[in-house]
Amino acid sequence: MILEDIKKILEAEVIVGDELLSRNIKMACGCDLMSDVLSFVKSGSLLLTGLTNPQVVRTAEMADLAAVCFVRGKRPDRETIELAKSKDIPLLMTHLLLFESCGRLHLKGLSGCSENVKQH
Amino acid sequence: MAPNNKISKIQELVYEIRVGEVMKKDVFTVSPRTHMSVLRVILKENRFSGAPVIDKGELIGIISIEDFIKWLAGREEDCPISEKMTRNVSTLYTDEPLTNAISKFDQHGFGRLIVIDRYSKKLEGILTKGDIVEGLLKKLEIDYDDEESRRLRIQHFFEDISADKTVLLFQYDVIGHDFKRAGECSSRLKATLKRLGLHPQTTRRVAIATYEAEMNLIIYTDGGHIRVRVEPHEILVRVEDSGPGIPDIEKALQPGYSTAPEWVRELGFGAGMGLNNIRKCASKMDLRSTAGKGTRLGIYVSVEDGAGCEAN
Repeated sequence: MILEDIKKILEAEVIVGDELLSRNIKMACGCDLMSDVLSFVKSGSLLLTGLTNPQVVRTAEMADLAAVCFVRGKRPDRETIELAKSKDIPLLMTHLLLFESCGRLHLKGLSGCSENVKQH
Repeated sequence: MAPNNKISKIQELVYEIRVGEVMKKDVFTVSPRTHMSVLRVILKENRFSGAPVIDKGELIGIISIEDFIKWLAGREEDCPISEKMTRNVSTLYTDEPLTNAISKFDQHGFGRLIVIDRYSKKLEGILTKGDIVEGLLKKLEIDYDDEESRRLRIQHFFEDISADKTVLLFQYDVIGHDFKRAGECSSRLKATLKRLGLHPQTTRRVAIATYEAEMNLIIYTDGGHIRVRVEPHEILVRVEDSGPGIPDIEKALQPGYSTAPEWVRELGFGAGMGLNNIRKCASKMDLRSTAGKGTRLGIYVSVEDGAGCEAN
């Protein structure tokens, strides 16, 4: 699944990375605890979170995440946006809640980080 | 690289690359009401070999140069495209892997396939065999460049140095309680290791462990130093502070045990996973602390371990 598909499924707005929407998303994870993200998320994943501080982008950078989508209509501040731009990390925002966002993506076949991921 | 390796690389790529990544996005479309005589000018001027026929935003057919030649050969009257176009259009979705496109080309012998969005069914682009070849070549070139530069960088760097033992040292200074800049040191270290050409998984492990350690310095201490020693076989990250120290290391290492204040938790940290995470990323970890004096943490990541698998 590419980021463009995720944008459509979550009816999301692109905050950073309009040009990165063809990025391939292999898996996803919904989490507000950054340490848990660092611990359990695999590289190339999408992170769905309600946290919007710059540490979310830092976490994405360190763990080689493919993109971040903020849920519950949370909008990041300028610092977070600037950091994401400088690190080429796409940021999306959806008004859906975390559970609903995860549910929609899972229904469309996107797997979680602990599931066996098939190539296609 | 052996030739049969190269084949499997391409086989891998045709599963990995999606149609949407290699298709041509700017598609010239025609209306079903356009006349064949007008089409002649369009095809000639733009050197197109065909175009999708769109009515009210929906794909209803495709008109190719073969259809056009048939019409010419038949010496028929001028008529709208809708009478001569092919209606059952074989389409691809943007998120399908290239391998699906290749088998469709093989089965039907088409020159081009229309690409639509899986959900909205709207036209997204057009794909020819040439686009597939071009996309594969581009990807191979990028992979080759990556691999080549990785090989050149780290190996040459270490090999060019004539010494019995080579060690690179980097130091980063962390300011305590400065949450705004938290992660900058780890970010700079990660970029440096990437430039050195270390394996991405090794770099990721070191970056995650260092980031957690940096967060600990910022949350609990007035600051400290991160010193990184890079050797061809191993990376050692040494984190030192003269902060409050850890009274009970056993307890601090338990997942979920935390003494973090509420404001840190609100930022998504301080859940008692940090040291545990560092231990997961490290090949070996060494933690010494004296209450009231400070903490010394050594994170060893062997290059072999790191390249082997993801830390988590």
